[in-house]
Amino acid sequence: MAAGAPAPAAPKPAVAAASPVSGAKPPAAPAAVAAPAKPAVAANTDAEMADITAKFEGLISKAPYEGVFINDPARLVEVATYVRDGLHFSMLSSITAVDYPKDGVIEVVYHATRVPSGGKPLCFKVRVPREDGKCSMPSLCGVYPGAEFQEREAYDLYGVRFEGNPDLRRILMWEGFAGWPMRKDWKEAYFEGETKPFETRWPAGKHELAEERVPWQDNVTFPKDFDPFSYTSKPDGNIYESMTGNRNSVQGFPDAPVVVDANGMNQPQADEFMDELKTDEIIVNMGPQHPSTHGVLRMVVKLDGETITDLKLALGYLHRNHEKIGERNTWLHNIPYTDRLDYICGLANEWGYVLGVERMMGITPTPRVEYLRILMAELTRIESHFWSIGFLLNDVGAFFTPALYFITERDFIIDLFESVAGSRLMCNYMRFGGVSRDFTEQQLQRAHELAFERLPRAIDELDHFLTENDILKARCIGVGYLPADRSVAYSLTGPCLRAAGVGYDVRKADPYGYYERFDWDVPVRYNADVYDRYLVRVQEMRESLKIVQQVLQRMSKDTKVGDIQAGKKAYNHRVPAGQTYARVETPKGELGFYLVSDGGQNPYRYHIRSSSFINLNSLKEMTVGYKVADSVVILGSLDIVLGEVDR
Amino acid sequence: MAEEQFQNDIPVPDDLKNNIFITSLDKLYNWGRKRSMWPMLFGLACCAIEMIATAASRHDLARFGWELMRASPRQADLMIVSGTVTKKMIPQIVRLYNQMPEPRYCVAMGACATSGGPFKEGYNVVSGVDKYIPVDVYIPGCPPRPEALMHSFIKLQEKIEKQSIRTVRWYQKGDEVSIPVPMLGPDLVDMRKANEIKAQAATV
Ligand code: SF4
Repeated sequence: MAAGAPAPAAPKPAVAAASPVSGAKPPAAPAAVAAPAKPAVAANTDAEMADITAKFEGLISKAPYEGVFINDPARLVEVATYVRDGLHFSMLSSITAVDYPKDGVIEVVYHATRVPSGGKPLCFKVRVPREDGKCSMPSLCGVYPGAEFQEREAYDLYGVRFEGNPDLRRILMWEGFAGWPMRKDWKEAYFEGETKPFETRWPAGKHELAEERVPWQDNVTFPKDFDPFSYTSKPDGNIYESMTGNRNSVQGFPDAPVVVDANGMNQPQADEFMDELKTDEIIVNMGPQHPSTHGVLRMVVKLDGETITDLKLALGYLHRNHEKIGERNTWLHNIPYTDRLDYICGLANEWGYVLGVERMMGITPTPRVEYLRILMAELTRIESHFWSIGFLLNDVGAFFTPALYFITERDFIIDLFESVAGSRLMCNYMRFGGVSRDFTEQQLQRAHELAFERLPRAIDELDHFLTENDILKARCIGVGYLPADRSVAYSLTGPCLRAAGVGYDVRKADPYGYYERFDWDVPVRYNADVYDRYLVRVQEMRESLKIVQQVLQRMSKDTKVGDIQAGKKAYNHRVPAGQTYARVETPKGELGFYLVSDGGQNPYRYHIRSSSFINLNSLKEMTVGYKVADSVVILGSLDIVLGEVDR
Repeated sequence: MAEEQFQNDIPVPDDLKNNIFITSLDKLYNWGRKRSMWPMLFGLACCAIEMIATAASRHDLARFGWELMRASPRQADLMIVSGTVTKKMIPQIVRLYNQMPEPRYCVAMGACATSGGPFKEGYNVVSGVDKYIPVDVYIPGCPPRPEALMHSFIKLQEKIEKQSIRTVRWYQKGDEVSIPVPMLGPDLVDMRKANEIKAQAATV
């Protein structure tokens, strides 16, 4: 596929065409298609930047460190349309804002990507004044529908109004919350100092209870003359009123022919069966406490009968302020926090963060480190896919029996993590330019057993019992269809995108680590439904296993034992001033870290582009028109983890 | 003395002699309920993953008679607060707790549920679930290992054993503990402290 070509159109969901992953390659959909090994684009985006600078003369100027400025926010849409259609950057990876109180501006930063060919992302930035009222700019939802949630996040945390965003409400906090919490001059209730280590505690080593320091004896603060008795709380804003979908707006609604009678009421046309069966519209809240929402997610579903006609998500129930805390932390402090983003695959997240910092500091890890990182990250991928398939089965109705088998296998993998890194889930294993511990002979032996015996057997077993299972097929085939072009427009990444026929995988598209030195493929399938997402995950486990096996075979030959740190070990890193957007392929999709350093001991901006969060953009289009029971299956196939959704 | 009374008052047929246990009602009551605790199927964050691992094959919570995780608070006896309690979530947690029937217990699992943990200073984080809900057992750890969670169950069983049916709160007259649901205003408003908050807000 030529670089920058638009994503191929996917065929309609072919109900009968799905074939098992095991055995011979299925004829209809090749199980694995390698993305171009070397992207045809240049390694940097200078050519493209020169192109838009020339095209929009006077409008574009070069930004420090990375990307370009669009000097007139009003013309953003025009430029973005050209970036998408003229330069073929068809996916918007990330939107975020950075606050510069000294300049009195908030900078909104966009990163666009070519899919599936990849290469470096194109970065463009817009600056708007900080003052309320003036802090507004056009929305990009019309060009990139995947911008919706990210714009809402920037609005929620920075107060940038995106005019034209279809649902500009707070997304992580609630409506009515006072202030824009990520702005540099906004202080949380337990504020102690701008950056760690806090002078109040260090070097004397004294500490006191945060509760005793603050006027309300709690982690809260209220505006002057606040009166709880007269305040009316409306945390979700007008979420219910804004759900306008109905049977007329749903393509292929079960009783298709609908006429509107004189009273404006919807009347199904004469159909004896439907005459008896009157359906009502009803809004159902699923979550935040619901066994099928995989955590504290809340889906607000509008139903007509059993058919979903509209869907909205209420997020933020696990918003733990990673970014605010991350900007107070020192660079090193943040590594254990990344474990807690997507807590199923902590090791994969760590890599994204250390990769970004290493790029800014110009460190090259030693070969041993690269091998160990790949080993850990790929084992994490297998573990995470075990987990997600198990829980998909829960959602389908096979309550916990399959999941228990997979959790058992997963336990063996995290046992290995524990013996190497010291913790089952929160490994805190990677360092800038290194890892914290090397494998011993014994541990390598265990990894060997896992990679060559236990895990292949487990994956075969999974495949054998599930892939051809009638119930699984009945519940999954043709459900949750989202074609390739829409998936790309919604910035969907990870196995879900690859199940729609787009072979975009950061490991090949924007390579990092030593992935290029191993022999493996990117599994792609074309039906874009829940079943294909399942098949892609199964195949991905096999590919990961292939990588792990090669690593284990070559490690002792290619690397030196104990060579696990490039440069000196340090506690206090100073990262040169700069910016970077580093991304890795986690089991859920593209995880990006947008880091800005001002040369100090702490990140000036620490933004997490999380795939779970952005993948949820597309949930509405995937579910509308299906039955309510399908919604949990579709959500399960997206494989979200709330720690990463809400951060 | 007790033996004499027994012999005098209650006729015991010969074939039942040596087959009867005498115990107090308290012991029987506590013995029954401590081994049939139904936890609520309720995960908040990373700690929930370890909670699931505890219930899964290797650690096997069923050995304690606690395996029946109920998704509905109406059928649950125990709330395991497994993760970070955020301000946005606490109204729901309080509501769920209020919906649980007595006797009900609460385990704060992990650093976050105990005190806010690594995220304590976050603007959307409640520093410990005990700011709103009475907690019976705290477990340290981030996340606590499954063994630690099991340890908390054993501790809770010990606690249950010590309770007496005559004095437990939920059989007393007029006992109806329900916690006022906090409100999401400009910040989280604890309705029990509404008067203080109003007074304090006038002065800042
Ligand atoms: S205590 Fe640690 S593992 Fe548990 S929820 Fe908090 S951050 Fe996650």
